[in-house]
Amino acid sequence: MGRYVIRRLLQMIPVFIGSTFLIFFMVYTLGDPVAALFGDKAPDPATAARIRQELYLDEPLWKQYLHYMGQILTGDFGTAFNGQKVTELMSNAFPVTLRLTLVAIVFEIVVGIVLGVLSGLRRGRSVDTSVLLLTLVVVSIPTFVSGYVLQFLFGVKWGLVPPAVSPEAPVDELILPGVVLGLTSLAYVTRLTRTSIAENSRADYIRTAVAKGLPRRRIITRHLLRNSLIPVVTFIGTDVGALMGGAIVTERIFNIHGVGYQLFQGILRQNSPTVVGFVTILVIVFLLANLLVDLLYAVLDPRIRYA
Amino acid sequence: MPEATEGTATLPAAEEQAVPKSQGRSDGAKPRSLWSDAWRDLRRNPLFVASAVLILLLLVMTAFPSLFTDASPRDGNLQGAFLKDPEYGKVFSAEWLGYDGQGRSIWARLVYGARASVIVGVVVTAAVTLFGGLVGMLAGYFGGWLDSLLSRLTDIFAGIPFLLGAMVVLTSFDVRSVWVVSAALVFLGWTQIARVMRGSVISCKQADYVVAAKALGAGTGRILLRHILPNAVAPVIVVATIALGGYISAEATLSYLGIGLADPVVSWGIDVSAGKDQLRNAPHVLLFPALMVSITVLAFIMLGDAVRNALDPKLR
Repeated sequence: MGRYVIRRLLQMIPVFIGSTFLIFFMVYTLGDPVAALFGDKAPDPATAARIRQELYLDEPLWKQYLHYMGQILTGDFGTAFNGQKVTELMSNAFPVTLRLTLVAIVFEIVVGIVLGVLSGLRRGRSVDTSVLLLTLVVVSIPTFVSGYVLQFLFGVKWGLVPPAVSPEAPVDELILPGVVLGLTSLAYVTRLTRTSIAENSRADYIRTAVAKGLPRRRIITRHLLRNSLIPVVTFIGTDVGALMGGAIVTERIFNIHGVGYQLFQGILRQNSPTVVGFVTILVIVFLLANLLVDLLYAVLDPRIRYA
Repeated sequence: MPEATEGTATLPAAEEQAVPKSQGRSDGAKPRSLWSDAWRDLRRNPLFVASAVLILLLLVMTAFPSLFTDASPRDGNLQGAFLKDPEYGKVFSAEWLGYDGQGRSIWARLVYGARASVIVGVVVTAAVTLFGGLVGMLAGYFGGWLDSLLSRLTDIFAGIPFLLGAMVVLTSFDVRSVWVVSAALVFLGWTQIARVMRGSVISCKQADYVVAAKALGAGTGRILLRHILPNAVAPVIVVATIALGGYISAEATLSYLGIGLADPVVSWGIDVSAGKDQLRNAPHVLLFPALMVSITVLAFIMLGDAVRNALDPKLR
């Protein structure tokens, strides 16, 4: 196990370097950060040259990248163009987005697994068909559509929740945004659970359990669920990273000042240190989540052993 | 992911038995192949028929929008038609779904908006399937260092959040046409197909028919194109169809965020973005383009789902 973890961590290094270099390349060569700094005015050439030098922008790209990575390793993510430390932006934004992601994950786990079990146990019946159709519809609705429609209904028309989230973003205000964020993944969790349950419910060990006369509830929770949830856990693990980076739309609709908000502002204003810094963290989260999922495999399914 | 690997594990096996027989006989008593079997299944699936009709309608709308409306999507009339409510009685007329904040017919904008969505969806899917399919096929078939290299490259591109990467690419363009938006989506979108294709190729490259072809002295190109590709392509088709819906959704999302298409291109995403400010007093301005995006995406995802069920009976 220990050796496996080390091997996987080593394999992650080239991917980490590659991904961060790619985003670095995209941000610094496709756009012009100095021009963006001046907005729609043309910068004075001498000032522009001085800023370029200060930000190492006159060096070749790989040197800039090395310099940047060297800074990151010492915990210095640079300064956003408005003078705020990027780490300061992060310490404000990440807790908010983490709470939002948690709400979304809890929502998709609870509702998705319940729906998946219900439809998986009644395969081919009307419950199953309607759940399947429902998941198709849910997947098809883009987040900006479900976000505005639910905000309009719950926030504006019925007044059940505040339509926008306050700056502190307490968990109770994040419930509706969390639901919106988790909707697409909810459909995937439901479908994965259903397929898995439907397949496993015909397995020999279930027949044995039924033949032994175990109560139905115990068969489902102890035998069927434990074996069926492995693909679901995989999905949820990789989804954590996706949700944290994919909250741009949700955070915009509900005015949440989290990672998605900072990234959107950063991209719009071509605020390169912010964008590269946040994406670097997201890439790390994404890679670690994938590793964690692989390790969880072995815990959930004792047949899998990592040498 | 788990679904895809299931598909790759079962599909080649079914094909393996069907293909050699059908080649041997020419007297018309052909055993049903995977594809003809799937086609029989599909025709009887109401979801497939519904999505096919919807998609056909969208394609006609893309090619000949003037068949559906006389109104222009760009002619605004602020005095007469500012945020005018829909008149549901006048089906298919310019007033049918009301007017937006610039006094433009919402129905006309829905009809003309189909073009951007469909073109982006089809172009991105085609490009992604070709490029991702090629990468996946080379990685899967040759293995070794080429596989390691291409797989790590895939990991790198997959490590950057899709929407985010597209946004970063798009900010560097001043004029964001349909083609630029498509290119930005292709740039990070090809990894999914590459992974599916790689898995699929690996699962069928050891099959007897490949070994037989090699023994007969077939060249690598011939083996890849005539033997591996037809047997490995089924899961790719499924993923590509479903992804097409996703790309349409992504285009609408980018346009909504103001980083995708821009006026004068007519796009549903732009209209949703314009409608969000009038959500309280004129919800129809936002709701109809939003509905249109959702229905379009649904049509393609439903189609992909039906094809998946037809090609992989195990999932039923």
